[in-house]
Amino acid sequence: MAAPALFSKPEQGRPQDGRPYKLSISLRNRLNNIAARVFWLITLIPVGLVIAITVALAVRSAPILQSHSLVELFTGTVWKPFGGQFGFLPFIAGTFWVTTIGVILAVPPCLLTAFYLSEYARPITRNIMKPLLDVLAAIPSVVYGVWGMLVIVPFVQKTFMPWMSSHFGFIPLFASNQPTGFSVISGGVILAVMIIPFIIAIIYEILKTVPQDLREASLGLGATRWETITLVIFPKILPGIIAAIVLGASRALGETMAVLMVVGNVPQIPTSIFDAAYPLPALIANNYGEMMSIPLFDAALLLAAFILLLIILTFNVIATLVLQRILGRRGK
Amino acid sequence: MKKKIHRRYLAEFVARVLMIGSFALVALILGLILWTLIQKGLPSLTWEMVSQTPKGGFYLGKEGGILNAILGSLYMAGGGTLIALIFSLPIAIYLNTYLGSSRWGNYVRLVLDILWGIPSIVYGAFGFIIMLSMGMRASLLGGTITLTLLALPIMTRAMDEVIRRMPTDLSEAALALGSTRLEIALRVTLPQMLPGILTAVLLAFGRVIGDAASVLFTAGYTDNIPTTLFRPVASLPLAVFFQLGTPFPEVQQRAYASALILTILVLILSIGSRLISSRLNKYTIK
Repeated sequence: MAAPALFSKPEQGRPQDGRPYKLSISLRNRLNNIAARVFWLITLIPVGLVIAITVALAVRSAPILQSHSLVELFTGTVWKPFGGQFGFLPFIAGTFWVTTIGVILAVPPCLLTAFYLSEYARPITRNIMKPLLDVLAAIPSVVYGVWGMLVIVPFVQKTFMPWMSSHFGFIPLFASNQPTGFSVISGGVILAVMIIPFIIAIIYEILKTVPQDLREASLGLGATRWETITLVIFPKILPGIIAAIVLGASRALGETMAVLMVVGNVPQIPTSIFDAAYPLPALIANNYGEMMSIPLFDAALLLAAFILLLIILTFNVIATLVLQRILGRRGK
Repeated sequence: MKKKIHRRYLAEFVARVLMIGSFALVALILGLILWTLIQKGLPSLTWEMVSQTPKGGFYLGKEGGILNAILGSLYMAGGGTLIALIFSLPIAIYLNTYLGSSRWGNYVRLVLDILWGIPSIVYGAFGFIIMLSMGMRASLLGGTITLTLLALPIMTRAMDEVIRRMPTDLSEAALALGSTRLEIALRVTLPQMLPGILTAVLLAFGRVIGDAASVLFTAGYTDNIPTTLFRPVASLPLAVFFQLGTPFPEVQQRAYASALILTILVLILSIGSRLISSRLNKYTIK
């Protein structure tokens, strides 16, 4: 016998107005727990990926470490895969030169632009600059390489190198030993342009974490804006700036195509900024085709990738930890 | 004393000039890049370029286009981005609704940032090792998988940043009303972050489509449009690279045009993601 409608329990199941089924609390909790476990498993993927990449490269480059000593590999200057000679020094030196020049060229404009955007610029300038930096960061590295070949290399060859060698040619660093513009400095300029938007974005984020009170106190005491930047803000964010530069450097270390197209690819230890060089990523990219046809060659190339990975991992872990600490403060 | 103040203002002035100078320099470089590309690429950018595959003798300056590379890039980057989305969406949601800024959460973020920093050539080498061990050749599948790995950290971190900026009041209100975390994730966080998801997807797509070093090992290059997953496939960045490597001026001209096409694609993606997110942000609760 049906109870009067007035006292009946509300109908179970889908209500008439289209709301979803009402689930019992225990079922909802169980679903929640299952989802938590599945999600947790998925977050293991990135962790596993880092481990997998490291292990795979280590395992595949092991054969060359067994037949050649580390000292031989890292101090050897002769690269003759057919003769079984694998000296990595020219490539490591090339990577070091190109990256160092890129970072040195990139840092001053990055700092100045970030300070300008954060401390001086009107909101409208900021709103224009942000998409510009996004676009600059989005341009693919091959396109940077094309631009480098079209603009930077001829400029270095026809204008910059003759001028520098006629005025400063007595300094070995600026001596021109080869006639083309495919050189360390071209690679450095391209790298600088490529990492500028990246570093500016990080420093700008860090500058936002500096409390407004600090600026106001400094300005209130009669400091100019520039004094506020150099005496108050800069010391406060110095660790963050260093972390941003390290991240930029690690980005530059691994950059392949753009550098490969302008740096000349001659396996030698550069002594002048106008010398050609052969960085590690370019070595890997240029030789992948013959990799499997010469004994130990694949292990040597993968060792190059492994060295690159280890350096970049170290840089990234340290810099990211510093940045997480600085940027994490903002929320609290 | 007066002189000192004068000197301080001078320093201020000089600093200001330097800052505006470097600001202008950055803008100028971008302008210069785009101008060079347009000036060099536009003359040889024809309809034939984008609508045909390379004919015989294409790399000697004969007829044809780079449709194979355009389609190949779209296939690989599209596939890679979609597969990455399947994994990155749960990770981003889990990081925020379940973990918050707990220790494990920050640990996962650290790992994602590290993955983001690993250069694409290393991803390429890793993909190559994996393919060797599975007995695969350079193929559409290999390229897509490598690009998936490349897209995963970019997309996840971009989504994570978007969800983090979401006001916590919303999820707190839902929690107080008795929702489980799963319900918050599906009914509060997901609709709120929809514009952010789209932005992140387009961002990752734009990054991945322009990447050459990773597909160099894993996707190979061919003049045909791939019909199965196990065939090699061409890509736009490599088309630019290989055409530029030939000694013929006509082919090099086409490389500039290909670079222009690639840049236009990437710019559309970059600007489009910005527009979409500002359009759709109207429908989320601030």
